[in-house]
Amino acid sequence: MKPFAYHQPNQIPDAARLLTSIEDSKLVAGGMTLIPTLKQRLANPPALIDLSKLGNLKGITDDGATITIGAMTPHAVVAASKLVQTKLPGLAALASMIGDPAVRSRGTIGGSVANNDPAADYPAGVLGLGATIVTSTREIAADKFFLGLFETALEPGEIIAAMRFPVPLKAGYAKFKAPASRYALVGVFVAKFADGVRVAVTGAGPGVFRVPPMEAALSENFDPSAVAAIKIDNDGLTSDIHAEADYRAHLVTVMAKRAVDAALS
Amino acid sequence: MGNVIGIGAAPKRKEDQRFLTGRGNYVSDIKRPGATAGVFVRSPHAHAFLRSIDKSAALAAPGVIAVLTGDDVRADGLGSLPCGWGISDAKGVPMKEPPFPMLAQGKVRFVGDMVAFVIAETPEQANTAAELLNVDYDVLPSVVGVLEAVRPDAPQLFDDVPNNICCDWELGDKAAVESAFRKAAHVAKLSLVNNRLIGNPMEPRAAIAEYEPGTDRFTLWTTSQFPHVVRFLMGALVLNIPQHKLRVVAPDVGGGFGVKQFHYGEEAVITWAARRVMRPIKWVASRSEGYVSDRHGRDHVTEAELALDETGKFLAFRVNTLANMGGYLSTFGPNIPTNLYGPLLGGVYTTPAIYCNVKVVFTNTVPVDAYRGAGRPEATFVLERIVDVAAAEMGIDRVEIRRRNMIPKEAYPYQTPVLVQYDSGDPMGCLDGALAAADVKSFGIRKAASASKGKFRGLGYSTYVEACGLAPSRFAGRLGARGGLYESATVRVHPTGQVTVMIGTHNHGQGHETTFAQIVSDKLGVAFDNVDIVFGDTDRVQFGMGTYGSRSLVVGGAALSKATDKVIAKGKKIASHLLEAAEVDIQFEAGKFSVAGTDRMKTFEQIAGAAYVPHNYPLEVLEPGLEEQAYYDPVNFTYPGGCHIAEVEVDPETGTVTLVNYTAVDDVGTVINPMIVEGQLHGGIVQGVGQALFENAVYDESSGQLLSGSLMDYCMPRADHMPMMKVATHSTLCTHTPMGVKGCGEVGTIGSPAAVINAVVDALSHLGVTHVDMPATPNRIWRLLQNASLPVAAE
Ligand SMILES: Cc1cc2nc3c(=O)[nH]c(=O)nc-3n(C[C@H](O)[C@H](O)[C@H](O)COP(=O)(O)OP(=O)(O)OC[C@H]3O[C@@H](n4cnc5c(N)ncnc54)[C@H](O)[C@@H]3O)c2cc1C
Repeated sequence: MKPFAYHQPNQIPDAARLLTSIEDSKLVAGGMTLIPTLKQRLANPPALIDLSKLGNLKGITDDGATITIGAMTPHAVVAASKLVQTKLPGLAALASMIGDPAVRSRGTIGGSVANNDPAADYPAGVLGLGATIVTSTREIAADKFFLGLFETALEPGEIIAAMRFPVPLKAGYAKFKAPASRYALVGVFVAKFADGVRVAVTGAGPGVFRVPPMEAALSENFDPSAVAAIKIDNDGLTSDIHAEADYRAHLVTVMAKRAVDAALS
Repeated sequence: MGNVIGIGAAPKRKEDQRFLTGRGNYVSDIKRPGATAGVFVRSPHAHAFLRSIDKSAALAAPGVIAVLTGDDVRADGLGSLPCGWGISDAKGVPMKEPPFPMLAQGKVRFVGDMVAFVIAETPEQANTAAELLNVDYDVLPSVVGVLEAVRPDAPQLFDDVPNNICCDWELGDKAAVESAFRKAAHVAKLSLVNNRLIGNPMEPRAAIAEYEPGTDRFTLWTTSQFPHVVRFLMGALVLNIPQHKLRVVAPDVGGGFGVKQFHYGEEAVITWAARRVMRPIKWVASRSEGYVSDRHGRDHVTEAELALDETGKFLAFRVNTLANMGGYLSTFGPNIPTNLYGPLLGGVYTTPAIYCNVKVVFTNTVPVDAYRGAGRPEATFVLERIVDVAAAEMGIDRVEIRRRNMIPKEAYPYQTPVLVQYDSGDPMGCLDGALAAADVKSFGIRKAASASKGKFRGLGYSTYVEACGLAPSRFAGRLGARGGLYESATVRVHPTGQVTVMIGTHNHGQGHETTFAQIVSDKLGVAFDNVDIVFGDTDRVQFGMGTYGSRSLVVGGAALSKATDKVIAKGKKIASHLLEAAEVDIQFEAGKFSVAGTDRMKTFEQIAGAAYVPHNYPLEVLEPGLEEQAYYDPVNFTYPGGCHIAEVEVDPETGTVTLVNYTAVDDVGTVINPMIVEGQLHGGIVQGVGQALFENAVYDESSGQLLSGSLMDYCMPRADHMPMMKVATHSTLCTHTPMGVKGCGEVGTIGSPAAVINAVVDALSHLGVTHVDMPATPNRIWRLLQNASLPVAAE
């Protein structure tokens, strides 16, 4: 990696100011994604702005109808949280399936969501639960946040502070791990709310997406059989050395069934 | 002081003390004063003319000391990287052997081919300068697959290698095979691919070179499995450095699997460069760099046919293979798919006629060479798969067809029709042992239980034999080896009776420091803790061919055994003098020299003391000192083998194959340390399972880019992929090695891929599936099931 300056601000506004004033500077959270790209010289930022000393970015709070998770909360903390396990069971399970123990101890929910890797798990949970992304400047609905391959609605200089999740009646996540990386080859998050069901898919395409026919069917009948016959179109799905598009499409159906199963158990 | 720990005991490994406490000494741990950092610039193109290289920007970058290219190599008149084997075609025409320059000259032939070496004060500076190097490529069409490479219109890698064929090799009696096929009641046919693999030792390759002007000596520290061979090949054939002016050290090495048993261009470049810049240089490969420069393994496309009579007896076997060599010939490259492949096609069966044709083919990929098993897993896979295909087609049970064709124990030594003569073995005994250990009897119950969960369960067998203990030099010489394949050991007894062994093999995870110490402890009656094993340094060890081909115990251990015998023989002479008895009356047992039938004796320490303080000593007839050396050249290969049984469960919904049981009963001859043997089998089996289910080196067909270029895309087997394995030995003793040993380093990797794939095919056979190529990935299985138009039960 190339040399860079290192900043460790204490307040979000300071971090935001550094980020806008130093051209090409980068925020670093857990560093699990960013540091490897620096080592491979795929990114060469002149400065890193470490978020770990910002107050209030870590931790999980119960607001009754919603649960708020600070952006700097590591995956392992989410996975082990009794609160998340009871109120957002699918999300705790999702966090426990990310990477390995070292990655779960360092990697953060904010970093994962900001990065929006097409095979990352959290985007499925955030979109599936219809969370709100709270940033340094505004609030963004999950439906408006993920814009495809590594693209998000974040503006330059904008920092994710927290994720606010509405508490569902039931929720489950099923992940078919990519053989080598163990990211999601296909991951499906389902969440049942009083006013309907949300289904979000990660890994299958260039970005996380919802599946309206499955949502409609599950709103009628929240049971694995409701989605068993629903096939999604191969068009636009990813084909690579691990899985062809039609296989990914097939897995969406299988994982949707299993996610509903998980939500019901 | 500790105790004697002898042959058959299972002490904890001596070397693990330093490994587990972080005190290993690997190449990248070594710090030399004034060291600089070297970085290789590699071709991003699979095939291109190298028009020009503009060094100016790189040379102007901060900290840069030198930038070297192929032109500098040529100007210094250096040699090409040598190939250690020269094979010939059926008419005796030698293989095509184009030069393999240590830095590319004129052309690059694979992604990762080296075009320049940048030396700077720090690795960061060297990396920055490397990015500034301006290389002008004229990109050419490339070819990565063997089937495509031999087509008449394929891109040609070398002007003088038509159709990219290095050698059209054959073995066996073609006419006898043809006539047997004419008489056959049944012919089974199989087309298969043996997938390309990347070795992935835990420690990436690394090297440090230093030139000492005061003595005009070079030292190269390198992650090598055979430092003396590197000294010979590099010193004598590439850099023209006299052997006595070149020291090669391979200290602790973190795994090799074959990947580190070649002489690499990086070693030659860095050694040559160290004198040019008159400072030590260190290079440590990144994992990504390893993927495009460590030699790859396997990569065959094969058509096989087995002729049988009406009872299922094998009459003849015919195999046609295209073997990928990559862009250049690596150290052992052409030997692997020929001499280590064809002679194993007899397997454990009495097939009377075998013919094998192998076209060895150049492509725009990383050079292919030996990887754990090397040729023998490929042979075993073809044979053990086609046996299953034949059994299914003829309606004969898979175990029964094997029994009908197996070489009976009494028939050993057994001469095969493909050169090799097996000295010993009991394949039927291994099969029976494995059937019992795997509880094959109750497989039906387990299959029904899987079926009730909507899963398909299958059982697969592999009854195999391999050839290792490389190698009898004279025999190897006839096959094209350009060097000897013996091993050497020196046993140095110190005046106080402790022992240091200098041996030419190299320990990089196998536990030699323990196994060899047990041999010495056993034979000399010296405490296990009083024996140290030294290896991996051409200045400390007399000579050696290194470690590969399951040869260390078989060949190196034999040299050690012989040298130890010489120590005992000399000790008896000294004892006969001290005890005033005839030499024939001196017995040596449990560390004591005694006069037969008396209580007069001298301990081993006393004899050692007398040898070094020769006051009362037969100096007229015997030299003082107690140090003996032996070289051992084996008279034959050794032939470990056995029976592996894999049991898998397939989830038809996702195509996922889960290995649920694994049983191996192997004949490895005498077992020195059962714990280490078990560990070798475990590791070998996991690597074979990796090939069968997970690992695949994939190149993009149009660009020649390696798509599986990192651990994110190249799937290594992991602990949670494996069930608890049942591993046992059923040994017959090798008749020609001193201790009856056969070797165990590669058996697991050789036996297992066929067992696993046979199990997968068995699980899916009710759907008409007759073959599955490796790796049996979920996508591949799902695709097969789609094509079988499986009515997946909706649960
Ligand atoms: C071996 C390995 C396996 C993995 N397996 C999985 C897996 O199975 N599933 C999975 O989903 N992920 C996986 N990951 C990724 C892991 O979850 C990362 O932790 C995550 O993608 C990034 O989080 P981070 O905190 O490390 O972010 P960093 O690497 O620090 O940052 C990532 C990016 O996000 C930006 N960023 C970080 N925080 C914020 C913020 N608060 N506001 C705005 N921008 C921000 C950074 O500037 C950077 O561009 C794996 C990673 C590794 C190394």
